[in-house]
Amino acid sequence: MSTARALLQWVDERFPLTALWKSQVSEYYAPKNFNFWYYFGSLALLVLVIQIVSGIFLTMNYKPDAQQAFQSVEYIMRDVEWGWLIRYIHSTGASMFFIVIYLHMFRALLYGSYRKPRELLWLFGVFIYLCLMAEAFFGYLLPWGQMSYWGAQVIVNLFGAIPLIGDDLAVWIRGDYVVSDATLNRFFAFHVIAIPLVLLALVVVHLIALHEVGSNNPDGIEIKKRLDPNTGHPVDGVPFHPYYTVKDLVGVVVFLGVFSVIVFFAPEVGGYFLEDNNFIPANPLQTPPHIAPVWYFTPYYAMLRAVPAFLHTQFWGVLVMAAAVLIFFFLPWLDHSRVKSIRYKGPYYKVALALFVISFVVLGWLGTQPTDFLGSVGKTDIAVILARLFTVVYFLFFLLMPWYSRIDQTKPEPERLT
Amino acid sequence: MRAILIQLLMFPLIAVAASKEARLEPAPIDPRDAVSIQRGAQVFVNYCLNCHAAESMRYKRLEDLGLTQQQIKDNLMFAADKVGDTMTVAMRRSDANRWFGVAPPDLSVIARARGADWLYAYLRSFYRDDTRDSGWNNLVFPNVGMPHVLYELQGEQLLKSLPGSENDSASGAPSLVLETPGKLSAAAYDRLTADLVNYLAYMSEPARETRIRIGYAVLIFLGLLLVPVYLLKKEYWKGIHPGAPRPN
Repeated sequence: MSTARALLQWVDERFPLTALWKSQVSEYYAPKNFNFWYYFGSLALLVLVIQIVSGIFLTMNYKPDAQQAFQSVEYIMRDVEWGWLIRYIHSTGASMFFIVIYLHMFRALLYGSYRKPRELLWLFGVFIYLCLMAEAFFGYLLPWGQMSYWGAQVIVNLFGAIPLIGDDLAVWIRGDYVVSDATLNRFFAFHVIAIPLVLLALVVVHLIALHEVGSNNPDGIEIKKRLDPNTGHPVDGVPFHPYYTVKDLVGVVVFLGVFSVIVFFAPEVGGYFLEDNNFIPANPLQTPPHIAPVWYFTPYYAMLRAVPAFLHTQFWGVLVMAAAVLIFFFLPWLDHSRVKSIRYKGPYYKVALALFVISFVVLGWLGTQPTDFLGSVGKTDIAVILARLFTVVYFLFFLLMPWYSRIDQTKPEPERLT
Repeated sequence: MRAILIQLLMFPLIAVAASKEARLEPAPIDPRDAVSIQRGAQVFVNYCLNCHAAESMRYKRLEDLGLTQQQIKDNLMFAADKVGDTMTVAMRRSDANRWFGVAPPDLSVIARARGADWLYAYLRSFYRDDTRDSGWNNLVFPNVGMPHVLYELQGEQLLKSLPGSENDSASGAPSLVLETPGKLSAAAYDRLTADLVNYLAYMSEPARETRIRIGYAVLIFLGLLLVPVYLLKKEYWKGIHPGAPRPN
């Protein structure tokens, strides 16, 4: 017996290393018909690792101090060896994380990956999405530019709109009456340790749930229903390793190519990944004329601005914005279709999904612009009218789903993967 | 090649951004023109660095432009002792507030905040305005606190409203007319401001050229890596046909 084998046996007698490798990787059977949309799960994991590693190196040189934060980022960009690269990787990674996650979620909408028995898998995923939003929000304050500062001010003030407890809650979050050094310090703590811990735990739970129920696939049928009588493995499945490890590797290289084009040739992406105004140090006395969050929050920001004040409070906008995110939790129980995959769903779902995607993209675009950029009709800005329209469409996708998914003309699912 | 990549990547963004800033003429700068950046650095230390600091920028970094430490010391360092120092100014913020109504902003990353085109327009858009304390106003930055520091080079401009354009900015925008010529011709002044803007753009991200150079190497590496990775995938998946259901 070779030394390596002996060592492995020594470990296996004390820790189920080989058993874990087999059950989770080399004998975890995944459907063999994964398409383009199935790259984004492993890519999300890759971006998570990229963010953690680059984040560790940034933390070594960043100063969470209102007097020094802005300067320390520029110090990283200039005086730290390869600091500019690490910083651009991290700033690009933040936006790429959302791109990957949005595509990953869209995949679930395409193929019904949230349906029974994957409800918990989906719920953990939505929690990861919430965590990611918190992580991005806390992290965005750290460069301490004008957009960092005023973006945080606006978002924290949203909590201030909650009746009765709002003002106290906002002060509690900030640790001060305005966003200040105290806020920066606690946001730093949340960004580098609190949220990442929760995020990692959720990712582990997400993967455990995935490997328990098995992956869905573009046909939306269960490969576990048809096992090979000799081996007991799904006939339509292949072991994750080596088949999907080598396949995902292709996705990784292509993804890193896209990632590198941004990092090396256009790290600001025209002001969408790194906003121009964030190169001006935070100034509590000077509100920028146009405050817009980074692109990945703009669909919700557009909704917030679209909802009119009512009974002397802006709280309704906050409520709508929160509902727009939280409604994802209910998806598994809103879809009553006989089939999971869009391949066998009828025209109602296809139209509904298309309208949903259009409204998400249009809201995202509207959220990046000032409300008056399209002019106005009477006293109301056209952009606000559009945002209202698409906010309604966004919600109708979910709220009408129990109805249209039930009466939709579905096609019969195949017995085997196609 | 690079321009195409960026264009492809940002096409929808450019379309959006272009509508906002259509007014600004593109600054005629070339980030690879080290001599232009050197001239710009000279203008910067002579005219800007008395009031505006660039606290993120070390003098030593100017070696990027092909200058030796001695050249930097002799020609560009008037306010610092060590070549490793950053570009600070002696003016106190409280004094600045009293004199100009505002502390001059640090210019380390001003080109990233404002954009080179804006800076190029700004530096050429000062005009005489006796209603302002400084005696100067600016077309792209109305009521700016800064006086026209380069006026002896450019001369004095006046704001002339075109006939029939009263209170109607849409039909006839007010335009600047050079009333008293300065030491430089209009073309030479434009060249000088372009050099200065080129320097400011360089200073806002000194690693830019390195970044782009390494970027090509990284993309070539990833392109080459894609070949074996793709062949590996093809080899493994040869016998697997996701599309064709096999009989049991």
